[in-house]
Amino acid sequence: MKALLVLVAALAFAAPALASEQHPTLTELENQLMCPVCAGETLAQSDSLPAQRIRAHIQERINQGWTRSQIKRELVDIWGTRILAAPPRRGWNLLAWVLPLVGILGGAAAIAFLAWRWSRRREEPEPLPGPWSLNGRPLDPELERRLDEELARFDG
Amino acid sequence: MTARVKLGAQALAVGLVLALLALLIWKVAFDNNGGGVAAKIDKGHITSAPNFTLSRLDRPGQLDLASLRGKAVVLNFWASWCYPCNKEAPALEQAWQKGDGHVVVLGIDVNDFAGDARKFMRQHHVTYPIVHDSKNITSPPYGLTGLPETFFVDPRGRVVGHVAGQVNAATLRAGIERAQKA
Repeated sequence: MKALLVLVAALAFAAPALASEQHPTLTELENQLMCPVCAGETLAQSDSLPAQRIRAHIQERINQGWTRSQIKRELVDIWGTRILAAPPRRGWNLLAWVLPLVGILGGAAAIAFLAWRWSRRREEPEPLPGPWSLNGRPLDPELERRLDEELARFDG
Repeated sequence: MTARVKLGAQALAVGLVLALLALLIWKVAFDNNGGGVAAKIDKGHITSAPNFTLSRLDRPGQLDLASLRGKAVVLNFWASWCYPCNKEAPALEQAWQKGDGHVVVLGIDVNDFAGDARKFMRQHHVTYPIVHDSKNITSPPYGLTGLPETFFVDPRGRVVGHVAGQVNAATLRAGIERAQKA
């Protein structure tokens, strides 16, 4: 039953992804691509001439039935990887994907470890007070007996 | 937390930061496009022009840079969307026509669509040879940092001059003279 649920969930997610790969839209692609001559703007945000030309070219390719990967590959060939809004998942660029994950997992592990230590410390019983002492030396039993008597008299 | 665990965690954090810093320095120092021919020539070093074979836009077939040995070559990197490229096109055309076969003006269309480049050539009545770099293979070895950029290559295939930005008749004349004298 569980396996069936997992399969259904996987298909539910895979179907739109496959549809987007096979039949991409201009809106989707212009948000995944950068304007290569603008400072940090996606194609969707830029109104520069190169951005307009690239958008027109993408629409042309979509009309010709190109897939999302084919369109992106062609643009990367012409402009280099700087046209991609997200770095490719290979080579040095893989670090951009892996490091945040490592940071999140490392941070979560550190928080969990600190929380565990903190809760363990609170569970530990308070240490019992040691025997009465004077300047670090235990009291003389006779003196301790007299002290107890005095205190009892004082209380009572 | 014991002092040893605390010290270990601090050492790990500092090590991680140093490793990331080293990675950043390495990336900036060794992995940018500005380290090619352009950087060398601007420091006064004469270097051989990296060869390439690219498809022609002005006619069918391909053009090999090495096939132009024996002539002074003006290598002009451009794109149709680049405004200064539009402005400098008449000066390049004039230099090509004046060169009379002894000087070759060769346009390299980069970061551009072939259809847009052909339209540009028609608009500006370009008759000098143009090749299309559809895979962006020339930018890294030449160290392009923007468009347009022009290199002057002597008849022995060495780059002897470089202009970053728009060229005009005077800069073209000076570059060509240097290439012919070298």
